[in-house]
Amino acid sequence: MKRGLYSVLIAAVVVLVGFGVYAWHPTIAPITPPAKDQFSADMIAKGKVLAAAGYCSTCHTAPGGKPFAGNYEMHSDFGTIYSSNITPDQATGIGNWSEEAFIRAMRTGVSRDGSHLLPAFPFEHFNKMTDDDIKAVYAYIMSSVEPVQQTKKENGIPFPLNIRFLQAGWKMLFADTSDFQPNSDKSAEWNRGAYLAEGIAHCGACHTPRNALGGEKRDQMYSGAAIDGWIAPSLTASSTSPLKWREQDFFEYLSTGNSPFHGSAGGPMAPVVHDGLAALSKDDIKAIATYFADKAGNVSEDPAQSPALAKAVAAQQLPDLRTHEGARLYAASCQSCHYSKQQLVKGRPLLALGSAVHLDDPTNLINVILDGFRANQGIQGVVMPAFRDALSDKDITAIAAYLREAAGEQPWPNLEQRVGEIRSQPRFEQ
Amino acid sequence: MAKFILNGKPVAVDVDGDTPLLWVIRDELNMTGTKFGCGIGTCGACTVHVGGRATRSCTTPLSAVEGAEITTIEGLSEQGTHPVQVAWQKHQVPQCGYCQSGQIMQAAALLKDIPNPSDDDIDAVMSGNLCRCMTYVRIREAVREAANTMSMQGGKDEQTA
Repeated sequence: MKRGLYSVLIAAVVVLVGFGVYAWHPTIAPITPPAKDQFSADMIAKGKVLAAAGYCSTCHTAPGGKPFAGNYEMHSDFGTIYSSNITPDQATGIGNWSEEAFIRAMRTGVSRDGSHLLPAFPFEHFNKMTDDDIKAVYAYIMSSVEPVQQTKKENGIPFPLNIRFLQAGWKMLFADTSDFQPNSDKSAEWNRGAYLAEGIAHCGACHTPRNALGGEKRDQMYSGAAIDGWIAPSLTASSTSPLKWREQDFFEYLSTGNSPFHGSAGGPMAPVVHDGLAALSKDDIKAIATYFADKAGNVSEDPAQSPALAKAVAAQQLPDLRTHEGARLYAASCQSCHYSKQQLVKGRPLLALGSAVHLDDPTNLINVILDGFRANQGIQGVVMPAFRDALSDKDITAIAAYLREAAGEQPWPNLEQRVGEIRSQPRFEQ
Repeated sequence: MAKFILNGKPVAVDVDGDTPLLWVIRDELNMTGTKFGCGIGTCGACTVHVGGRATRSCTTPLSAVEGAEITTIEGLSEQGTHPVQVAWQKHQVPQCGYCQSGQIMQAAALLKDIPNPSDDDIDAVMSGNLCRCMTYVRIREAVREAANTMSMQGGKDEQTA
């Protein structure tokens, strides 16, 4: 009996010590900020493109704040998180981080002082990058980003999740620590797309569903997830979009913020396209499109000839406006723009084709009705008005229910309640 | 400070980002051709072009148009000779006139996307622009006439901005 107890105790101590050794990381000594001229112009230029393609500044800049200075507020299931200051400020940023410390943080999510960073920082993806590419991002930040003295706000993560040491357990259980593995069965273009999408662009951080503890479910890669008050739709063959995504659709969407056959880049996807991927070369965006076209089943059917398109055009026939409130509101508020002939015009989105109408969750459609599109979202320079202060929950519910019905989908359950909830959730700002 | 292009000229205004574009155009920039109707984006009187697309300015917050190109009725054509304006005069479309700048802006945008609209197309796109004087029959005639003029001109769009 006593011996059994001792064995359990010893085992527990061994496990604890083992975990401690696993979880403990040394502090990397602070350095004097590197001289700007120690980085080559090529490295800096490459780093600038990569930092854009990783949307570093999107999450590391507060609304109206200085670029890269942090305190962007994120609402996770585990509490509010504020991003770090990654400007080269010595006191509050990463000015005294050595290249080695930066690489360790990017690869393993460990801060220079040895503490664990929260997985809101997608180090699992950045770990797929080559050393050379990570060094380029370091060169860009240290040489070209304006140092800003701004202390990071305290996260609103409750005990015990706020114990940084325990993050090591999360990493042990869920983190993908493998390097990028090229697939020799696929083309060089596909592999370039995979390298960018799985690495710096960290597409899976939003589009891959997560388990209850926030680990990416890698067996359901890119099958869609809720994130930041929006739905990141499935990018695989499981997409509910009536017209399947072809390579040229991905390319058009990722280069212009809109695919007439699917919809526009709104919410957190808008900066991904316009502040992020826009920095990449056409070839790189095409490579990402090749990669995702493969994930979506390499569809080649011309949507212009598709029965689904003809059906969506026919679905614009309005029911009797005297009795159908949703259609009446739609005719007055939406139809002047959302009307199209069979020949689609970019900027006249056919809602019966729109991804937001066909998702199982109404969040994206309601978000767009509430807050519209700004000129820097979706198609550049074009806006959609915001109906937050114009239409009631009941009105918005009627319009959304009508669109869902016209698109031939089952009604969304408890829609009016959902509209109220979505209206009161924090607005996505940047 | 929000900046955008209005009728081809850069403008900057220092008002709250939530302010409806309509108020900025009328009260800050003193362009009163654009009208306030319902204030909730369901009557079309406040229609302007943002990036060339007909947009209800009463429900578009100023923050949304940062950097965008906006055209109001004052900037649709320099001399008031846009084919839609010409057709409007010829058919004497307005009665009281209040909704007409919105109607004209909407019609101009319609013809750019759908150069030869059927009556169904006209009804679908124009039905969000209300006219309490019920000039709808003349609106439709003028849109058809403008479509003809524009197709004879080779679909040339005279919009200056």
